[in-house]
Amino acid sequence: MSDRIEKTIEINAPVSRVWRALTDYREFGSWFRVRLEGPFIVGEVARGHITYPGYEHLRMEAVVQKIEPMRHFSFTWHPYAIDPAVDYSGEPSTLVTFTLEEIAAGTRLRVVESGFDKIPAHRRDEAFRMNEGGWEHQMQNIARHVDSAA
Amino acid sequence: MLARLSAGESQSIARLTAGSRLSRQAMTKHLGVLMRAGIVRNMRVGRENLFRLEPRAIIDAKSYLEQVSSQWDDALTRLKLYVESQ
Repeated sequence: MSDRIEKTIEINAPVSRVWRALTDYREFGSWFRVRLEGPFIVGEVARGHITYPGYEHLRMEAVVQKIEPMRHFSFTWHPYAIDPAVDYSGEPSTLVTFTLEEIAAGTRLRVVESGFDKIPAHRRDEAFRMNEGGWEHQMQNIARHVDSAA
Repeated sequence: MLARLSAGESQSIARLTAGSRLSRQAMTKHLGVLMRAGIVRNMRVGRENLFRLEPRAIIDAKSYLEQVSSQWDDALTRLKLYVESQ
């Protein structure tokens, strides 16, 4: 299994605007769809309830690693569904890093999530089972894939 | 169409096409792609050709990492729309 996921997206807005959308906890919450309890602070846990339809039973918990204004924002988390009754703090996490770069059109944003090779297989299976919306999501992915292939 | 098949029941092309925006011809093409990918299976019952989903194939075909990856695609698209719409 590959260790990382890398994504790049170009956004037609200044770096400062994208930075605010990423690191202001209310703005982050509105596009990521999580209701965070407080601001991102390096070394502290950001907690909240997922607001994405179908996933409201899940929580998000992320430990903020780095905040370098206008350039770099990173946190670690457990990339599987969080059962509020289970303490995952001793388990391996993945590192999510956002890197911003100024381009003519506005901002190039790169996201890297790494460390998947350490995530135990039973947690991956659990993520499938716990994500009630996961199945529907898969269906949509395949439908999209097929539509684009047909 | 996949949502209908996911209910677990075998369905005919006529039933799948009814209530869908797809024409019968487009539905046949769709099913053909899904059958070649091993996602849908067909079976003849009398004169009817019925189709059903092969759920195992979907989980095998889309690994955990691919699921996480598409969640990021969705999240970044929402971020772009959020920022650009303001």
